[in-house]
Amino acid sequence: MSQPTLTIDGLESVYDALATAIDQAGPDKATLFLVKLALLNANALADAQLFQQQITTALQDL
Amino acid sequence: MHTPSTEARPSIYYHYEVFKPWLASAHPQQDRKKVVVVGSGPAGMVTALELARHGVPSVVLSAELQFSQGSRAICFTRRSMEILQQVGVADRMTAGGLPWRFGNSFYRGQRVFRMEAPHDADDRFFPIINVQQQFMEEYLHDACKANPLIDFRWGNKVTRVDQKDGYAVLEVDTPEGPYTLESDWVVAADGGRSGIRSAMNLQMEGASYEGFFVIADIKIDLPYPTERLAFFDPEWNPGNTILMHREPNGIWRVDYQLPPGETPEEALRPESLKARIDAQLAMIGHAGLPWEMDWSSVYSARTLTLPDFVHGSVIFTGDAAHLLPIFGVRGANTAFQDAQSLGWHLAFVVKGLADKKLLANHSAERVGAAREIITEAGKSTRFMTPPSPGFRLLRDAVLSLSLTQEFVRPLYHWRTSRPHEYTHSMLNSTGDDNALFKSGPAHGAPPQNVRLGANDFLLDHLGGGFDLLYFSDAPAVPDALQQVIQQARKQGLPINVIAVGASQPVTGADKTLPDADGHLRQRYGVPANGGAYLLRPDQHICARWLTLDATRLQAALTTALPQ
Repeated sequence: MSQPTLTIDGLESVYDALATAIDQAGPDKATLFLVKLALLNANALADAQLFQQQITTALQDL
Repeated sequence: MHTPSTEARPSIYYHYEVFKPWLASAHPQQDRKKVVVVGSGPAGMVTALELARHGVPSVVLSAELQFSQGSRAICFTRRSMEILQQVGVADRMTAGGLPWRFGNSFYRGQRVFRMEAPHDADDRFFPIINVQQQFMEEYLHDACKANPLIDFRWGNKVTRVDQKDGYAVLEVDTPEGPYTLESDWVVAADGGRSGIRSAMNLQMEGASYEGFFVIADIKIDLPYPTERLAFFDPEWNPGNTILMHREPNGIWRVDYQLPPGETPEEALRPESLKARIDAQLAMIGHAGLPWEMDWSSVYSARTLTLPDFVHGSVIFTGDAAHLLPIFGVRGANTAFQDAQSLGWHLAFVVKGLADKKLLANHSAERVGAAREIITEAGKSTRFMTPPSPGFRLLRDAVLSLSLTQEFVRPLYHWRTSRPHEYTHSMLNSTGDDNALFKSGPAHGAPPQNVRLGANDFLLDHLGGGFDLLYFSDAPAVPDALQQVIQQARKQGLPINVIAVGASQPVTGADKTLPDADGHLRQRYGVPANGGAYLLRPDQHICARWLTLDATRLQAALTTALPQ
């Protein structure tokens, strides 16, 4: 069974919402905001191993 | 010439007695000693008291002429109290101490976490009790003084240790000059800055964290119960942490973290201390309340241990063997466990009841404990004093989320010191029924205390040697078991037999606990008559059986005492 993924519409909504929220947090607080969001996502994911995979993926091609 | 100060240390609440130095000229020529304990802190004195309990004499050397300066260790865990009970000072600790079990963490004026330490009705002692270290040292010193096997020498500073073949020669400096002392064993309990460890050039493993904390003890009348208070990222000290503890005698401990780059010397200037303590009092709503400084000091967080505590004739213990962060009250509390373990292991080797392999076991068990503590303490230290920008971001994100999100709040809970379980000790029996028990303390675990009646608990009855808890309502311990016990005693092994479950005194048992309601049996998970537990002299479990027989008892004793 594969992981459920976002629809194109859903992904576009997330894209806009995240960009707007980063701007709203402002340059001083953007990182803190993203870390809080990552922790909330990790808790909702409830899978430390999957979260580790996502960390690895996100670290690629920086 | 060693000239320790003869001026009593200043203190608002403690009267320091200045003791007379021990001088070699006032004593006859000395033979080689069995054990010399260097250092008279908690580790040194508990080691000496445990050795004496097993009949082994020791000399305790203290470089100073009085107890240590300031309150230092103030929080003592339940297991520490159980160990102090074994050496006879728990009642005095209880009489003057402030017991507690709740901790509170605050962020932006909101209590974001409340720690509740469990307190079982079967426990005699509270999870933690606050007593200033000078009092604890005084109680231990009184116990040492009352013991004819302990030769306590004030004003004796060890300046050199030479290892010979099977013994060591110590050069000891005193107010009348140096003398030499030979000893089969040297216990280096000379603290975190151990001179013996430095002179032997031994390297510790682990990490040191940046950042300093100030400890300040102030006399002040604050209307709070005895609970731990932790304040994160307050406005007056952004990004840093402040801890507060109530101490006996109207004293409060205030710990606060210093901004990066500030030196300890700057931080300890009176005006700097005053400004920060005033700011902290203002933040908690008590601006202007009068207070008086008693003592202040600076520390940094380190998680370091020697990889082996035994080096020839020298054995390191307590802070001399490892340096642990203050969060989680792991200094003196770990030292008590080290000393209790060392006391019996060394005594049994000195008395020829076991091979030196027993000391290797002591080292393996206590290094394992130190490493476990370092792993746990590392987590809390990384939360309290984030070592890098990444850790700081995560900590700040957790602080922010904790105002509304329950799931992050347990991260505030820095695990307090708990006794290590020697699960894989070489002293644990291999042919017993450990794995078949459904409950009760397992291999290597410390004992579960059990309330037997008013002011009467199981641990009150244990210690001083091995203890065999034999669960049965029969009038006698079976002959075959009695024979094994007699034989072991003939070889010098101290072993106490405690029968549990009979209403009349049991033949072959040193003591009978009726356990009329079966509660002790239930806590130890013993389903039927004939079950048993074997406890080491430090009360950790080394064997347990659903049905004990003579062959397996003998096997367990043989395993517990390697030859």
